[in-house]
Amino acid sequence: MTRTRKPGISRRATLALMGAGAASVAAPWVARAQAKTIKIGMPTILSGRVAQLGTSSRNAVMLEVEKVNAAGGLAGRQIEMVIRDSKGQPQEAARIARELVNTDGCEMLFDGEASSGSFAVHEVARDLGVLCIHTCSEASSLTADPKQHIPNAFRCVRQGIHDSIVGASYAAQISKAKGLKTWATCSPDYAYGRDTTGEFVLYLKKFAPDVEIISESWPKLFQPDYTEVVTKILQAKPQALYSCLWGGDLTSYIDQANIYAMFSQMEVFAVNMADYTALTVVKNLPKGIHSGDRYIKTFPPTPENAAWGDAYKAKYNEYPTNWSWQNATAVMFLDAAVKKANSTDGKKVAEALTGLTIKCPFGADGTVTMRAEDRTLVGYAIGWGTTIPQEPYVPDVKAGDWKTIFELEAEWKKSKGYT
Amino acid sequence: MDLDALASCLASPACLVTQTTSGLIIGMLLFLVAVGLTLIFGVLKVVNFSHGAFYMFGAYFAMTAYQLTGSFALAMLCGAAGTALLGLIFERAFMSRVYGADVLMQLLVCYAFVLIFDDVVRMIWGPEFKSMGMPSAFQVPPLFIAGGVVPPYYLLLIGVALAAAVILGLGLARSRIGKVIRAAAHNPGMVSALGINTGLIYGGVFALGGMLAGLAGALAAPVRSLTPGMGFSVLIESFIVTVIGGMGSILGALIGALLIGLIRSFGSLGFPLFTEGLMYLFMVIVLVSRPTGLFGKEVA
Repeated sequence: MTRTRKPGISRRATLALMGAGAASVAAPWVARAQAKTIKIGMPTILSGRVAQLGTSSRNAVMLEVEKVNAAGGLAGRQIEMVIRDSKGQPQEAARIARELVNTDGCEMLFDGEASSGSFAVHEVARDLGVLCIHTCSEASSLTADPKQHIPNAFRCVRQGIHDSIVGASYAAQISKAKGLKTWATCSPDYAYGRDTTGEFVLYLKKFAPDVEIISESWPKLFQPDYTEVVTKILQAKPQALYSCLWGGDLTSYIDQANIYAMFSQMEVFAVNMADYTALTVVKNLPKGIHSGDRYIKTFPPTPENAAWGDAYKAKYNEYPTNWSWQNATAVMFLDAAVKKANSTDGKKVAEALTGLTIKCPFGADGTVTMRAEDRTLVGYAIGWGTTIPQEPYVPDVKAGDWKTIFELEAEWKKSKGYT
Repeated sequence: MDLDALASCLASPACLVTQTTSGLIIGMLLFLVAVGLTLIFGVLKVVNFSHGAFYMFGAYFAMTAYQLTGSFALAMLCGAAGTALLGLIFERAFMSRVYGADVLMQLLVCYAFVLIFDDVVRMIWGPEFKSMGMPSAFQVPPLFIAGGVVPPYYLLLIGVALAAAVILGLGLARSRIGKVIRAAAHNPGMVSALGINTGLIYGGVFALGGMLAGLAGALAAPVRSLTPGMGFSVLIESFIVTVIGGMGSILGALIGALLIGLIRSFGSLGFPLFTEGLMYLFMVIVLVSRPTGLFGKEVA
């Protein structure tokens, strides 16, 4: 059987014409909708050894962006995050940051890089003049050094120098109470490990002048075995040990030191212990390790903080990390700054951000401030406590005193020639 | 440099015991990985650049088995058996295709599998680091031998590795299979002509090498954190061991691994900032004085 077709316009052609017509009518609406969204670019580390932190940064940003979008967006514009993997390589982070702004049309940047990459992204922000919030780099010089100051870059992250001051002041108190005079240090052999340990020792000796460092160990970053370091420290017989090992290195170290019963022979101060990534992984967490807070939902001990930690866990089925709260805070700051400026223009938002104080679950007093003089985060919850093997892991965190932090930070900046 | 610390340690029995056992456990784990590498090279004449992956799989298999069954013995068994099977499949399906090929081709195949295996681990177990945890039987205070500290778990670890060394050494020297393997290493054409299935021998040797690396991973799992890519740093040190000991020599791997372990444990006292460098320096000295390694045979 053959089909015959009547001459004239077929049904298919009519449908096609109607479709084209509808598309052309709808097109301006689509274009308008695109302009209405605001793209924020974010290079971060989504593969390799630090992937867990990068992923937790992305998760936290998305959690907060959803809230902002549900409440109407930034000055009526829905946020669209464009998040790319830098693999932790600084040159890749810089390339991606540039591409996000120039090719993808991102109007702002969140820099979710570790310290090495953040300086590279900072230079891109300097070059392009785009609003940039650093959300992960703790290197103090990123904002303390006036050479790094640019009006469009901010840091919404805890800072190495703050941690060292609070940690050393806490350690000095314990030192004096328990008579801990001989100390050993064991930290990873790269910029972060060396700087942080140096600053901690500097302030420890300032607060407790009779402390003496009798042994130093600098294992390689990502070293699989620490046995020789553990036994070396045992030989030195210090009364206390400081370490800024982190992540898998710290958990390996604890497992290996545990079977030498190291934790019963000395007081251990491990600044990066109280992070869920480490706390939940170590199977036999020793009781009584002193640690700084990274992110823990019981500190600050407020319902807002606990609720945020639980909401994150409910959505992603794991607890947030230190990088999570910092990224979430960055979104909160941006939202508040846009409301204050009543605009999404980068320059106006930057002006509004400078010196801005917002309500925040992670604030020491319920608020955090983007300090005007160096555009960096202050007033966040910072403290030290001791571990227990089960939740809440660090039941009693002693809060650091921001007045002391500010005083000593100013002195430190002077000594470095920053002011 | 802190030669005083090293000298006072050498004069103290307690320190000697602690540092020697510390060197032994580092060395013994290295030996298990390196001996597989050297065995595979000796028989198959292939440098298995992906050998570190078997160490990694051994650790992950052991952790999963331990989580499922709670039995440490089963965890060790699964770590070793799982990687043996993996080694066999890997050899038969992929490596056997590049035996005659250029060494660069073999390296490329191995390197591709380093990346593939790392990603497989990432897909199955996730990118974050894991910890198996010390079995409760070994959560006991350390022993004190002549004042030196020795954890009981490390005694087990040294014992298992030593047993593996002895069984392997005797097996290759005395048993019939050992003789066939040695013959295949020497002249595979003749072995094949005598009606022995060389493919089976090659697969078996690869499986054995993989199993030893897997056992090392399983033994290390309670004390080291597990991450995708964890095999790489172990692989580099294993290469140093095989180069020092001589490619293809089992005794060389044992001596080389123990020397590296002792250099690390005593070097960290005397040369805290140059421990890694000391290892390489030692390798250079060996290579200059004996280019084939301590126990390597001259290449005809």
